[in-house]
Amino acid sequence: MHELSITENILSITLEKAEEAKASRVSRINLVVGELSGVVDECVDFYFTFISKDTIAAGAVLSIQHPPTQLRCRKCNTVYSPDGQDWTCPDCHEQNSEIVSGRDLYIESIEVE
Amino acid sequence: MAIKVLTIQEDILGANDEKAKENEDFLNKSGILMVNIMSSPGAGKTSLILHTIENLKDKARIGVIEGDVASTIDAEKVSEQSIPVLQINTAGGCHLDAYMIEKALKNMPLDDINLLIIENVGNLICPAEFALGEQIKVMLLSLPEGHDKPLKYPLMFTEADVVLINKVDLAPLLDFDTDSFIKAVKGLNPDVKIFQVSCKTGEGMEDWYSWLESQFKSRLSS
Repeated sequence: MHELSITENILSITLEKAEEAKASRVSRINLVVGELSGVVDECVDFYFTFISKDTIAAGAVLSIQHPPTQLRCRKCNTVYSPDGQDWTCPDCHEQNSEIVSGRDLYIESIEVE
Repeated sequence: MAIKVLTIQEDILGANDEKAKENEDFLNKSGILMVNIMSSPGAGKTSLILHTIENLKDKARIGVIEGDVASTIDAEKVSEQSIPVLQINTAGGCHLDAYMIEKALKNMPLDDINLLIIENVGNLICPAEFALGEQIKVMLLSLPEGHDKPLKYPLMFTEADVVLINKVDLAPLLDFDTDSFIKAVKGLNPDVKIFQVSCKTGEGMEDWYSWLESQFKSRLSS
């Protein structure tokens, strides 16, 4: 449900940057959304269609990349991608890991005309 | 017309994070400790706040910000304690954000407050993403929710400074595995402080009260 606020932020950053570049249309927005951010692509798409109407970003394609979650075991330092909800270290079988990546939530670039 | 690629690399929640930082600076300058309480619906946030007020109201000048999707039921319960309370209705929104808190701070009698407790909207996902400017994040989990929650909502348990395990009086009726819960939480967040409490029976609550008291006292003297 936090997708609405997130989509509003995506639109406002996009419009600000597009206007700075004196663009007349935004055709694509490239997003990076880590698996741990809990953001559902379909919701972002759904909200974006509504809120971007009547802006130069109307009809822009949202391209969303999902870098996988990476964890580092605090015991043996192995960096690994967890298997679903099982965050156990595959090497030493400890459940004691810090998040290396997977929380990303940013606009990588936009394509404008 | 030629397509141009503009590199942005901007954090989508960056504006909220900046506003949260402003709120935090303001609170630090004003000598106010703001505690953000997050949990699922029904875990006992309101009960925890009411008991905390009752226990600490002679020691701290408490204020409460109530975040709810709708209604003023919780705010009414809190205001019976004769302390300043402000209700934020998010009108369907699943979390509070730093802008709502900025506005709330402008509408509270801050000269009369040194401990400001926020009851966030009941939800284990979105509130973890939206910093408010709080100095302490408290996550409340109640036994009936199950010990597997840290695996399902890792971000919330990673963000929390304190985890309160509530409704421990129900332990004989449930299969909640406290050891595996604590192990999973510490695995995600080794520095987290954990309290096992029952708002209903009062078990373990003294430790929570004294810890919270020590937190705002150390801020007053610094």
